[in-house]
Amino acid sequence: MSGDKILNVDRLAMRFGGIVAVQDLSFAAERKKITALIGPNGAGKTTVFNCITGFYKPSGGAIRLTHDGGRTIALERLNDFRIAKQAKVARTFQNIRLFPGMTALENLMVAQHNALMRASGFTFLGLIGAPGYREAEKRAIDLATDWLKRVNLLDRADDAAGNFAYGDQRRLEIARAMCTEPALLCLDEPAAGLNARESAALSELLLSIRDELGTSILLIEHDMSVVMEISDHIVVMDHGVKIAEGTPREVRDDPKVIAAYLGADEEEAAAVMEGGS
Amino acid sequence: MKAPSTHPAKPATSIPALLKTAFVNALIALVLFSLMIGIRTEAGSSGQLTYWTRFGDLASIVAAVFGGSIVIELLRQWIGRTGAEKLVPPAVQSGISFIGRYLAPALLIFTLLVPVIFYNQRYILDLAILVLTYVMLGWGLNVVVGLAGLLDLGYVAFYAVGAYSYGLLATNFGWSFWICLPLAGILAAFWGVLLGFPVLRLRGDYLAIVTLAFGEIIRLVIINWQDLTGGPNGVSGIPRPSFFGIPLDNSDDGLAARLGIEYSPTHRIVFLFYLILALALLTNWATIRLRRLPIGRAWEALREDEVACRALGINTTTTKLTAFATGAMFGGFAGAFFATRQGFISPESFTFQESALVLAIVVLGGMGSQLGVALSALAMIGGFELFRSLENYRMLVFGMAMVLIMIWRPRGLIGHRAPTVYLTKAKAISSDLVKEGHG
Repeated sequence: MSGDKILNVDRLAMRFGGIVAVQDLSFAAERKKITALIGPNGAGKTTVFNCITGFYKPSGGAIRLTHDGGRTIALERLNDFRIAKQAKVARTFQNIRLFPGMTALENLMVAQHNALMRASGFTFLGLIGAPGYREAEKRAIDLATDWLKRVNLLDRADDAAGNFAYGDQRRLEIARAMCTEPALLCLDEPAAGLNARESAALSELLLSIRDELGTSILLIEHDMSVVMEISDHIVVMDHGVKIAEGTPREVRDDPKVIAAYLGADEEEAAAVMEGGS
Repeated sequence: MKAPSTHPAKPATSIPALLKTAFVNALIALVLFSLMIGIRTEAGSSGQLTYWTRFGDLASIVAAVFGGSIVIELLRQWIGRTGAEKLVPPAVQSGISFIGRYLAPALLIFTLLVPVIFYNQRYILDLAILVLTYVMLGWGLNVVVGLAGLLDLGYVAFYAVGAYSYGLLATNFGWSFWICLPLAGILAAFWGVLLGFPVLRLRGDYLAIVTLAFGEIIRLVIINWQDLTGGPNGVSGIPRPSFFGIPLDNSDDGLAARLGIEYSPTHRIVFLFYLILALALLTNWATIRLRRLPIGRAWEALREDEVACRALGINTTTTKLTAFATGAMFGGFAGAFFATRQGFISPESFTFQESALVLAIVVLGGMGSQLGVALSALAMIGGFELFRSLENYRMLVFGMAMVLIMIWRPRGLIGHRAPTVYLTKAKAISSDLVKEGHG
């Protein structure tokens, strides 16, 4: 594959016992671009996400992540936390998973755990209050502050995350994922439960992450207005297989995609489209 | 409110409603106690049943229930449940926060002065040492249960490891307390890691059961490994602590003789008091410090949501193991102190009841709260002694007190959580949001 792909998924398969959740799925995500993974409920999108982020071990296939310097990592061989730590893949969850009893700032500090652990000499230097650690902590707070500003939550930095409104929690979770300074950001339905205004703000945030920071984004989303507006590339799944991919325009006009969403077969969908246009 | 409300939580400030509640309660008391107290039966001299009535006692009990329910109802409206703070007048609220701010320093100063104030009261000094031992154990377990959210029912195992480490090293090799103290901590931490490994994948009840079993295994090993530990006979003749090499006894080179003051056995007690105070404060300092370091934040994050921790690249295995090891290390220190104080240790001192007691201290105090744990250790151990005159009833009083505390403050005496870092102002986080952890 060409060099500017950050993620290459090759013939990925995931079976749970006899149930095939994902079969022979191949796609790629381009560097510094937004790739969307869409499909009807139960299509296997979240399973793909869990394979990429190490929460599931794939039954077959390969997932390759290529960093800026050309270093390639086989994600299917790394397990859980190492994918976030070594491969620099961050993710958010469909049902928000913040640390509700910790403040927004603390949530973002936890995200910088690995960098801070090194700075604190694996706790020993930090325990005696070494100046190196204090500086690192200050930098970590600055990064967190910066992200709180970006997601417009700076004035609520010291409030418990569990007290935040739903939309604020979604944005805070994205900020938390970004505080790990990832190469690839995976978002599982970031617009779910947001109103139109919040969705628009989210689109803006994701575009700024792509354009200003050059972070590649892979997202699952049902909200088509968000997907069509910000995606550079769309992969459509249904029943565990890829049924289409391309630019938003190509996907929108693909009869297979419409059929999958309407739950009808292809000819019917084609007929509907003929009639409509 | 999630707490099941046994009483209709109406904002009834009206006097008729109050009287009605009190009247109903008094009526229930009348029915209950009319037979239990109102009529007294006994076997007569020739075996016949004799009985007499005690209406006076019955009337006073019912009156007490009537008055008591009015008082409790008033208190309930005044204090309110968690989350009902608005009912408390602002003056009282500011008073409480004032007390809260100065309670910890005031307690610390008082504790420092205890040997001065009670110099001639050996009983109080001994009790204070006991309370401080449990404060230290509570603070140690707080790392595992309160911060990392791992329910550990076998904490006494590490206390035992620490005690036997010092006891055996000192009696067999003649090593001094100050060398053995860190060794006891390291050995206990090592056992903490050993316990940690098999339980890494367990959660909640399962974790609790395995840790409970671990505590029992350690005790059974101690009982049965007679060659090393002396089995049920324990280890005796454990050396008393010295003041950095200077013995605290009546000899010519003892501390008293060197300082040119008259020897008194109280010197050793006072020394032990300050020793355990120093150890407990070390535990407290280390815990407060650790909470503000990345490892402490990772413990709390683990308690809040383990899956999210993994997604952020936190190694949950080592994070859990360090929590177990840190908690165990403090338990080991406390164990070494226990051995040197008693001079004799046996497996009987390390039963499950000890684990349960320390866990109760942590839960009652408010998981994660240092001050809460100290207060509840004081209340539990001190209170236990206070009710000693009640003999058999003290367990009853004790149980009732625990039930009452759990009704009023389901998340412990001090339930809120203080943030570890802040931008503008540290705001206490309501206990409703803080997770208990699930192993």
